[in-house]
Amino acid sequence: MEKPTLIINGKRLDGRDPGTMRQIKISINPIKNASGSAYIEWGNNKIVSAVYGPREALPRHTQDLNKAVIKCRYTMAPFSSLEEHGRPGMNRRAIEISKVTKEVFENVVLTDLFPGTEINIFIEVLQSDGGTRAAGITCASVALAASGIPMRDMPFAVSVGKAENTLILDMDKTEDNYSTADMPIAINPRTKEINLLQMDGELTSEEIHRGIEMVIKAGEIITKTQKDALLEHYQKIEERI
Amino acid sequence: MNTTILTEQYLKERLSKGIRDDGRNLLSFRKISLETGKIPHAEGSAEIRLGNTKILVGIKMDVGEPMKDKPDEGSIMTGAELLPMAHHSYDAGPPSPDAVELARVVDRGIRAGNIIDVKKLFIEEGKSWNVFIDLYVLNYDGNLFDSSALAAVAALYNSRMPKYEEGKVIREGNLERLPINNISTSCTYAKIGNSILLDTNASEEVFADARMTIANDEHFVRAMQKGLGGSFLPNEIDMFVDNTFEKSKELRGIIQKTRGD
Repeated sequence: MEKPTLIINGKRLDGRDPGTMRQIKISINPIKNASGSAYIEWGNNKIVSAVYGPREALPRHTQDLNKAVIKCRYTMAPFSSLEEHGRPGMNRRAIEISKVTKEVFENVVLTDLFPGTEINIFIEVLQSDGGTRAAGITCASVALAASGIPMRDMPFAVSVGKAENTLILDMDKTEDNYSTADMPIAINPRTKEINLLQMDGELTSEEIHRGIEMVIKAGEIITKTQKDALLEHYQKIEERI
Repeated sequence: MNTTILTEQYLKERLSKGIRDDGRNLLSFRKISLETGKIPHAEGSAEIRLGNTKILVGIKMDVGEPMKDKPDEGSIMTGAELLPMAHHSYDAGPPSPDAVELARVVDRGIRAGNIIDVKKLFIEEGKSWNVFIDLYVLNYDGNLFDSSALAAVAALYNSRMPKYEEGKVIREGNLERLPINNISTSCTYAKIGNSILLDTNASEEVFADARMTIANDEHFVRAMQKGLGGSFLPNEIDMFVDNTFEKSKELRGIIQKTRGD
């Protein structure tokens, strides 16, 4: 297929400016059986995340007697993409995303408080439109907060890419397919520590520097959306009591 | 207190003074030796030794179908085997998440760096060459990312291209080189306590809090991957990128030397 021009007169194909994200909506506890859960709509991405635990780590050889172990499973529903039917379950991409996502939460969860246990984080992509790992991390972060598991920060993630020699924030699937670089980043908003950073394509050192700055700036909106969702949920509960 | 905690404290104390047990600077590589062509049955091969890390990379090419979204190109597949003989902690079985991550990060450096001229791997409608890059970790002594990347690119750089004639694959005789566009290499940094190290060996790597791999060519960063449960600050990333551009000159030279040019 011919590569479409991704930016025309400073506007992207869906009308956004280079530094503008898609709409993000988060709701709390859609999965009643879980310790905590969250649902995110990020542009056309629809992702649900649920947390179970802390609970006894099984099988036993996975236990760590000094801290909780975090286990993460990111999967995409076979009907989630606009393209053909996908295979359910874990492929190599999902294994890698699960691993780097697990590492994000190892960084913030106070695992020392729950030795011998596991905390399971499930991320299920129900509909995908680019940037699902970032949206999944943002969502799982809220699910962990809703489960009451103590964390030292509430990470967010968003991806920055490059098209027509311009850095663009939060690429959708079409942009992702034809861009010259993609760099998903997860950050602890309180300390600005980088928790996840992946990249492929071509970027100069200056572009990497500027990309990280764009992500940190975008984090103000994402963090507010995360907090507002939690706040609204618990205010509703308070009103009922 | 167990001995691991003592070892960790000792290591961190020494690192904070800039001292490594093998006498290196914090930001230098171990001696790299690279030997290509060890497996003449393969289209290309390279064995790297970095400290006691030993990895053999084999390149095989078969005729197959192009990917659906790239009908006029060949395809690349990278796999990593952390052989059970390579370390006491490695088990036989399907690839672990660590092996999958290693293969995918090395793959991204090669793919994003346009190392292989995939357009020249097209044969005819519905047929193209599939390039298989297999990373065989024979002995583990840290920094599998950079050593695998070096060996993989060196193996490709010294690969022969089989011929496809009348439905048959010819792998012997006078063959042309696999068309190569570019050279990419990587540098992997680790954070241990408050120290930043390049090219950790096994006894350092076990205490790493966070890891950052940066793959680049002469002009661009081509792939990056942060690993482990620790984190980095934005200014640390800037430092890694600048340092990587500097270090990579030497690494590209090592690969070029394997072909005598």
